[in-house]
Amino acid sequence: MSLLARFKQSLFRWRSDGTDPLRLGQRRIFIVPSRGGLLFALALVVMLLGAINYNLALGHALVFLLAGLGITGMIHTFRNLYGLVITPGRCEPVFAGQTALFPITLDNDRNTPRLALELAAQAEFPVVTAIDGRDQTRIRVPLHAAERGWLALPRIRLWTRYPLGLFTAWAYLQPEMRCLVYPQPISSPLPASSPSHAESMPYGEGGQEDFAGFRTRQPTDSLHHVAWKASARNGGEGSLLVKKFASGTQEELIVDWQSTDPTLPEDARLGVLTGWILAAETAGNVYGLRLPDQELPPSNGDAHCLRCLEALALFRI
Amino acid sequence: MSTSARQALDRQATPWLFASALVTTAPHILHQAYWLNALAGLLMLRAFHLWRNDERLPGRWVLALLVLVGCSGIFMEFRTLLGRDAGVAMLVVFMAMKLLELKSKRDAVVVVVLGYFLLLTHYLYSQSIPTGAWLLFALWLVTATLIRLHGGPACTSSVTLRYAAILCLQAIPFMLVLYLLFPRISGPLWGLPSDAHAGMTGLSDTMSPGSISRLAQSADIAFRSHFTEAVPPKHKLYWRGPVMEDFDGMVWRPHDSRSGVATLENLSPPIHYEMTLEPNNQRWILALDAPVQLPENVSLDATLMATQRQPITERRRFQLAASLDYRFNRNEDPRTLRRNLALPQGINPQSRALAQRWRSIENRPESIIGQAQALFATEFTYTLHPPLLGENSIDEFLFQTRRGFCEHYAGAFVFLMRAAGIPARVVSGYQGGELNPLDDYLVVRQSDAHAWAEVWLEGQGWVRVDPTASVSPTRVETGIVDALPFGEPLPAIVQWRASWLRTLRYRWEALNNAWNQHILGYDPQRQRELLSRLGLPETDWRSLATLLGIICTLLVAAMAAWTLHRPPPIDPALRLWQKALGQLARRQVDCAAWETPMAVAQRVREQCPELAETFQNVVDAYLQVRYGKSNDNLKPLREAIARLR
Repeated sequence: MSLLARFKQSLFRWRSDGTDPLRLGQRRIFIVPSRGGLLFALALVVMLLGAINYNLALGHALVFLLAGLGITGMIHTFRNLYGLVITPGRCEPVFAGQTALFPITLDNDRNTPRLALELAAQAEFPVVTAIDGRDQTRIRVPLHAAERGWLALPRIRLWTRYPLGLFTAWAYLQPEMRCLVYPQPISSPLPASSPSHAESMPYGEGGQEDFAGFRTRQPTDSLHHVAWKASARNGGEGSLLVKKFASGTQEELIVDWQSTDPTLPEDARLGVLTGWILAAETAGNVYGLRLPDQELPPSNGDAHCLRCLEALALFRI
Repeated sequence: MSTSARQALDRQATPWLFASALVTTAPHILHQAYWLNALAGLLMLRAFHLWRNDERLPGRWVLALLVLVGCSGIFMEFRTLLGRDAGVAMLVVFMAMKLLELKSKRDAVVVVVLGYFLLLTHYLYSQSIPTGAWLLFALWLVTATLIRLHGGPACTSSVTLRYAAILCLQAIPFMLVLYLLFPRISGPLWGLPSDAHAGMTGLSDTMSPGSISRLAQSADIAFRSHFTEAVPPKHKLYWRGPVMEDFDGMVWRPHDSRSGVATLENLSPPIHYEMTLEPNNQRWILALDAPVQLPENVSLDATLMATQRQPITERRRFQLAASLDYRFNRNEDPRTLRRNLALPQGINPQSRALAQRWRSIENRPESIIGQAQALFATEFTYTLHPPLLGENSIDEFLFQTRRGFCEHYAGAFVFLMRAAGIPARVVSGYQGGELNPLDDYLVVRQSDAHAWAEVWLEGQGWVRVDPTASVSPTRVETGIVDALPFGEPLPAIVQWRASWLRTLRYRWEALNNAWNQHILGYDPQRQRELLSRLGLPETDWRSLATLLGIICTLLVAAMAAWTLHRPPPIDPALRLWQKALGQLARRQVDCAAWETPMAVAQRVREQCPELAETFQNVVDAYLQVRYGKSNDNLKPLREAIARLR
């Protein structure tokens, strides 16, 4: 690590804060005059010169009161951040190209509210929030997810100008938070399924051909397959029902790396695979995933879908 | 960083900005041109209308045109854009225009800073207590606006106003320290614009019929005096202003060349007093006749008038001494005496003839003076609104109208004396004053303005003769209010005769005087006195700045420690429980802090059975608060504990 980087680290404490709640102490908060504060200071200097020039006793008093107001404002701006407790949350996965939202809980254990707190991972997308006295609020810091894989939350800046806007107080936070980013799905027609394995698989009852009554939903059944009307019929009290079909043959789809166009770049091929997985899940198919370095046996349901997406997201990472 | 500066302004913050603009510009209505008030008012109304209907704000070109119109109007009114009045007018118009340009938060911050700046400009016109109070109110509102701007819609008005009040109160210690210790420089730093001290009333350096009676209709305070010993009797209080020797038939003027010296023989011990002179934009200080001790920078001229080198443009204090009985210039320069016998040719023949007649009967000056005084004592009326006089003003006054104010009597008397061959001249100034019993300051108002005469007698020098005293002795003995009949246009405030009104006025004026003396009068001199009293004599600005820095740092540290200190959260239920345990301890039921409520209840049952039932209620209520469904309802617990007593 270069000397400068180490200096920055020790000065600004840019190392990871971990996942524990963190209370902002005075060593973490920095404060400088804002642009409005500089304008205010300039106005005060001009006013002081005017007061001296015209020998205005009350003019002096006014300028000094305003200077005192500025100093008090500085303390109160600092206080708006001081003692704030920040708890990192868990981030929901997103697809590449979407915006990842990192949830963070802010706790205010003071009686007075803290207003106009702004947080941003990227300066263009600040989140503004306010917390009442003895209350907490959960905010989600947006961050653009450009690539698949793990998206780590970079250093985020938490700042405020409240109450007077003459000073900007800020703190850098780096909670250990990351977001799983799935490849960006590319929609293309599903490849032909491979019925050869159908007989050997025990999923005879899950097909979609002939309706043969209901069965109660198992946790592995996708929510897409729930027969909502039927479930609601007995007052919504009972368990959810899933339609049962009397199809003997079950087509099973293997989403295979090899079946994508090899001329495409790797991310595009993964995108195509992602699109297929999503399409297969929506259609209620039984599907498996075959990648050069791993294979997921055919199944269906939300959990299976997420497993496949995760495998695609972390492929060769 | 600039993201929030570019943020759009939230709609509900705009009324705050309107309020700020209004309170910071409102006091200027009193002294600004009508069209400027109308322009600013119309712009503000238009901006408010646009805001209420949520309409588009005017474009850049419209605003540029408005600025052009406003500036050229101001230029035509004041012939400059830089003076005091023109500058203030520009600020007011800009403030009104900025309300038409409220697009972003940055615009709003500009309005607030402009508002703070406008607060200062009011002090150019008045530094009185009401101005100070109004501006404190305005400062509070503008600060609340700033808080509302940055707090966003989550700031309710009551929270905002309260927070602004807290911030302003916390700023006061800094203000006091800075006010007392900031190295004071006496201004001006550069040349003031020519209108910097416009609009001051006071004695003028010429006298014509009507000039003093106009001034006497003002209740403004000319100066205050504080005597170290007893206040001399009123009829001896002649405050000397400009002495007029040249007469052109209508107007009396001081003589141009100030050659010659004043030689004074004191016949009575000097009386010491401090004078606080209100600004009059003139060089004379109205010292009590005859001045014997003068402060630095003040000198006496040949006519015994005390003058300063610079015009008095702000309230000043002078340490002075006077001798009430004196002989002045017994050996006067013959040129001066000749000058004081000169009369314009050809006018006022009747008066000349009258003077000649007196002189032919009895040649002693004293008897001629007596003749003139006897004349005034008959058939003459003392009034604030005398009839207008023509070319032969003194003839008309003496033989036809016979109604006049002190300038008529003084002028006519001097004319008669000169015509009779006695050197004489007019002295203007103030006479009398009113003692405020609350602070023992003698208050002299413009309504006490006066003119009298001085004649030169062989062996006695210049002797004061007040012809008004012959017409209306009460004017000199008690004051102008009693001398004038009811209905004369004297200011109402000096005519208050009811004692409670008078007491009220005394109180108000004593308060104003204290304000002037101690707050407004804090100048480099007072600062030095304060520092030497604090044991820091001969402090230069560098050590003063260091001291100031140290004190301010300590203040910041103290305030930061106070506001950042987080008291441990106190659980109200626990506090009530501890109160209950305290009650038990008083009844000799000892229980340890770690014992559970049930265990304590058991102990009470064993040691103090008569209390068992009441205490059980306490325990039940406590457990209900702790573990029950409604854990914020403390009322049953509080009631149960109350029954424990």
